[in-house]
Formats: sequence, C-alpha cells, structure tokens
Amino acid sequence: MNLLYMIFVDPFMQMAAAPDLLVQTLWEGLVGGMLYALIALGFVLIFKASGVFNFAQGIMVVFAALTLVGTYHLLVLYGVSNTHLAAYVALAITIGVMFVLAYSVERLVLRPLVNQPDIILFMATFGLTYFLIGFGELVFGGEPKVMIADALYLPRGSVDYKILGGLVSLQKIDIAAAVIASLMVAALSVFFSKTRIGRALRAVADSHKAALSVGISLEQIWVTVWFAAGLVALVTGIMWGARSNVSFALQVISLKALPVLILGGFTSIPGAIVGGLIIGIGEKIGEFYWGPLIGGGTDSWLAYVIALVFLLFRPQGLFGEKIIERI
Amino acid sequence: MFYREAGQFKTTYESDQSVFPIRQDRIGLAIILVVAFVVVPLFGSSFLVNAVLIPFLVFSLAAIGLNLLTGYTGLLSLGSGAFMGVGAYACYKLTTYFPGVNILVWIVCSGFFSALVGVFFGLPSMRIKGFYLAVATLAAQFFLEWCFLRIPWLYNNNISGAIEVPTRTLFGLIITGPNAAPQTRYLIVLTIVTLMTLAASNLMHGRIGRMWMAVRDMDIAAELMGIRLLPTKLTAFAVSSFYCGVAGAMLVFLWYGGAEPNVFSIDQSFLILFMIIVGGLGSLLGSFLGAALIFILPIILRTVPAQFGLPIHAATVEHLTFMIVGALIIFFLIVEPHGLARLWQIAKQKLRVWPFPY
Repeated sequence: MNLLYMIFVDPFMQMAAAPDLLVQTLWEGLVGGMLYALIALGFVLIFKASGVFNFAQGIMVVFAALTLVGTYHLLVLYGVSNTHLAAYVALAITIGVMFVLAYSVERLVLRPLVNQPDIILFMATFGLTYFLIGFGELVFGGEPKVMIADALYLPRGSVDYKILGGLVSLQKIDIAAAVIASLMVAALSVFFSKTRIGRALRAVADSHKAALSVGISLEQIWVTVWFAAGLVALVTGIMWGARSNVSFALQVISLKALPVLILGGFTSIPGAIVGGLIIGIGEKIGEFYWGPLIGGGTDSWLAYVIALVFLLFRPQGLFGEKIIERI
Repeated sequence: MFYREAGQFKTTYESDQSVFPIRQDRIGLAIILVVAFVVVPLFGSSFLVNAVLIPFLVFSLAAIGLNLLTGYTGLLSLGSGAFMGVGAYACYKLTTYFPGVNILVWIVCSGFFSALVGVFFGLPSMRIKGFYLAVATLAAQFFLEWCFLRIPWLYNNNISGAIEVPTRTLFGLIITGPNAAPQTRYLIVLTIVTLMTLAASNLMHGRIGRMWMAVRDMDIAAELMGIRLLPTKLTAFAVSSFYCGVAGAMLVFLWYGGAEPNVFSIDQSFLILFMIIVGGLGSLLGSFLGAALIFILPIILRTVPAQFGLPIHAATVEHLTFMIVGALIIFFLIVEPHGLARLWQIAKQKLRVWPFPY
C-alpha cells in the first residue's frame, strides 16, 4: 500500500506542491529533448535520402565540435588576436571539413557499397564511427574541451522568472539553442519543399531507381545530404558543447537519438522533433519524481523503455508510415 | 588436388547428411582439435594462453550466441554484452550461495538465468522487428547495466562495486581465482566452447535451426508455412542468451578473475556485433574468424611496432587501433559483405578444382 502510494500519489503531490520546480524540470527536459531531436534530425536526413541508418551521427557531432575548438586554438596560437574573428574563421574551416568528410564518405564508403542490404550499410557506418573516434582522438586528443561559446557571441548566464510562487531560472544558452534549432528545422523544411535539390532528395527517398531514370545524380544527392547532416551535427555540437563540454562521452548520449527516432518514425522530420521532446521531458520527469524510488540514475535507460512502450502500441512509431509487408 | 570428395562414396543417409561430409575436413578438424587440446597447453607460453587464446575462445562463444540470434534468426540485438553480464552475475551469486557445488555446474547453469532474461527482453519481438527491435535490446542493455551498478545485492554489497572470483577446484585442481594456472583455465574454456559449438552446429542442422532460418529469410512466409513465430523467436532469444551468459560467466571466472559493471557495457555488445559481421552472419566458423580478427588484431597492432623498436606512444597506438579497426570493418564490408566465412568458402571451392580452373 505504501509502495503504491509512493508510486502513484506522492510524485503528483510533489508536483502540485512545488509547481515552479515542475516548470523547471519540464524546461530542462525540453532542452535536453531538443538536443536529442537535433541528433535525430541528422539521422532522419540521411535515412530519408539514402536509406542508410547512420550510426556515425553521434560521433560526427563530437568530431565537428572538436574540429571547431581545435582550429580555433590553432588560429589563436598562430597569432589571430581577435577571438571573434578566429572563432568565425574556425567555423568556416569546420564547415569545409564537414564537406570533405561528406564527400569522402560518399566516395569511399557509400559508393562501393551501393545495392547492399541495409544491415551492411549500417555496419559500415559503425566502421566509420570507430575510424572517426580514433582519428579525432589522434588529432585533437581525448580530453574534454571547453566550447568557445563566448567567442561565437553565444549568450551566457541565466534569466530568472518569478512564477507560481517560485523562481524558475532559464539558461540563456538554452534559449539560444531553442531558437537556433527552430530556425534550422524551418530552414530544412523550406529546403526540402522549395529548392530543386530538396525535391530531388525526396525523389531519391521515394525510389532510387526512378530518381536515377529521370536524371538525378545519386552521388550529388548523397554528398549534399551527408553535408547537411554534418552541418546539423556542427550546430548540435556547438549547443551541446556550450552546455557541458566537448568530449567523446557525447557519443554514448547520442545513442539516445535511437529511441527518439523510433518514437518519431525514421522518415519524419516533425517526428524527430516531437519524439525528442517526449523523450527528453519523459526522462527528466521520470528521473526527478520517480527515480529516487529505485535508486536514481534512471536516465540511462528510461528513454529506451519509453520508446519500447510506445512501440508496443504503434510498431511504426508515432509519425512513421504504416509498414505494409508483402510476400 | 588433395581437397576433394572424389572417391568418397556415401552408402547411408547418415553419412550423406553429416556435418562434415568430406574426409579432408574431418581430418583438418581433428588436427585443429589435437593442436588446441594437446599442443597448446604443453608448449604455449603463458601470455599466449592467458591473453590471447582464452579471451579469443570466450568471445567466440559470445559471437556464436549473437550469431544464432542475428545471423540465423535475423533479429538484430545490441544487448549481448548485458546478457553476458547476467551470466557472470548469476554465476557469482550461485557460487556465493552454494559454494559446495562445482563451479563448472554453475558456469553452465548461469546460462539459464541469462536465457530467462533474454526471453523476457525478446518478448517485444512479436510486434517489432529490424532496427526497431534493436532499440528494444538497447533498453535491455542499459537497464541491465544499470542493475549491475545500482543493485548492491548482485555484487554482495562490496564497497568496490566489483565482483571478485573466489577460488574453486575441480578434482583437486584450482580452476578459478587468482591462483589458477592459465593452462588449466584454457583447457576448461576450450572444452566448454568445443561442446557448445558442437551443440550449436547440431541445432543448426536440425528442425529448430531450419525454423530459425526460415524466419530470418521471411517471417510472414515462415508463418504461412506453419512455423509459429513467437515460440521460434523466443527460443532463438533463449538459446542466444544462454550462449552469451555462459560466455560472460567464463569471461569473469576463467579470464578476468573479477569484473566491474563497465565490462558489460554497450561497447562489449558492439564488439561482438562487429565480430559476427566481419566473420560472417549465419556461420559458426565466421564467429570464430570474426572473434580472431577483432580481438587479436589490436594485440598485434600493439605488439608489432614495439618489436621493431618503433617508439609509439601507448595512447597513439590506442587511437591508431581504433582507426585501423574502423577502416578494416569498412574494407571487409566492401570486399566481402558476407564476411570472412564466405572467403573461406570461396577458397575451398578453388581448392577443390585446383590445379584446373573449373
């Protein structure tokens, strides 16, 4: 009886007793979920265009952030005194590096593996992950780095609101992240629906063969989409790095994009966003109110269990297309 | 010229259906077994036995376990590391409560606990498949890892949070714990792995294995042919987890001698997945070849530059290993997507007709 009370009544009593704490937790969940959503967005971009389940998206986030910080420090070392200038030059260089990465992935990994089963391509991105981990650590070192948030004119500090009889404090960087993420999603939607390449991309997603037969270059599309995913990774890396540090631990966190994807469906950009928010909020609320009952630290697996529960009712995810199987 | 079945006539159905129909194969296998059982323990150095062969065999068994599930039944699992952990912790608890019973019994029994957990986490497979199922197994991986970390009962309320292997004997010989000789442990691991591989091979050639493969090739078609999907998938989960559990128990009891929860982390699961993909999905031989490549390659990378006196920093070697393993995975996938086992098949085909082109 006491146990039932602790599970079903007490957490809600806590929520009602301290609504400001609830709002704070919700906000933190929202921000965390947004970052999951950004990683998931990179997955969805590549999956839509090439059917490749890109496991390397997480390490691409780390790699992009590391390249940015690394080049920035190099530039400062070689005499660029204006930190803002150095930061933006480093940003441009990083974008260039992400393009080179996209091109080499297409050339060296995807093109030789065209027409292979999905699992083989999935494994190839595993190989890519390992390669990038080794390469990143070799070039930039394995220790965590501080993101150059100030030099990039990212705001810091927090704003406090007095609501519901308490204090809710929002980090400015989180607000900036929310704004930038929304802008990016909007830009991607416009890109997908209005531009020529965007339309070609959707055509490729529908059918490789049909797209080829009307003269769309698969190679070009793949480079474009991996580059786009690289840019998303860069933005994610900057945002996440500004919140904590740039480190390889992020790579494990990025696995959380998987339940997000499952929840939203592999092919839907709005799905990735909504899924990310549900997972982020669900895991924060669960950890904060129910976590102490079983010893805490639940956020390592709660996301997967949430996704699993949703899956049992909708096997194709919330926004995914219905899976129709034929013999 | 030497490797061909010409002249080997089959007079019974049994001999026609045997696992190794060609005599040369049987001879080759016998030679490998003799080398493994007799020559290696007698002449192998402690380093070779302890740091290379024991882990190789343990990982091979885990890879066979995952291969039964992913390669033969087509269910992608990212939780094999955690299932290994279940085996290890089950074995540890069992030998704590019943120290009198022989440890070998518990190593094998711990597989049943792992199988039970595997069946539970395999239940979602009745509704979801493919990458979606991979997430279900990820839930298992992270949840079990959390259990190993947060439930003190599992590690006997140690302050360190790690499990320590007690000393146990077999016929008066010390086989586990810090004082066990590597050769003894090697022979035990080898015996278990050999027997379980044989069991897996027989399973694969029988009704259950064929049911699994039918489900892998197309589950709806298999269902229409009268194969009940849920029991079939769950047996696959059970048997696979059993193998992983035994491998995990051996990993801790016969190799590491103690373990922390992070031994059974997601990285371990990925490593085993690499092994079966590089070795060959749906091939027992592939499990061994993949384990050999993925496990022994980093050892070679670590020792070879030192042999030539190249002063490479240990951290650099670690990073280079990552890069080379990653590049090799991509390379093997491009060259032969069906894994090393397929390369061996091609080689065998070439050997049969040698020296003629066909």
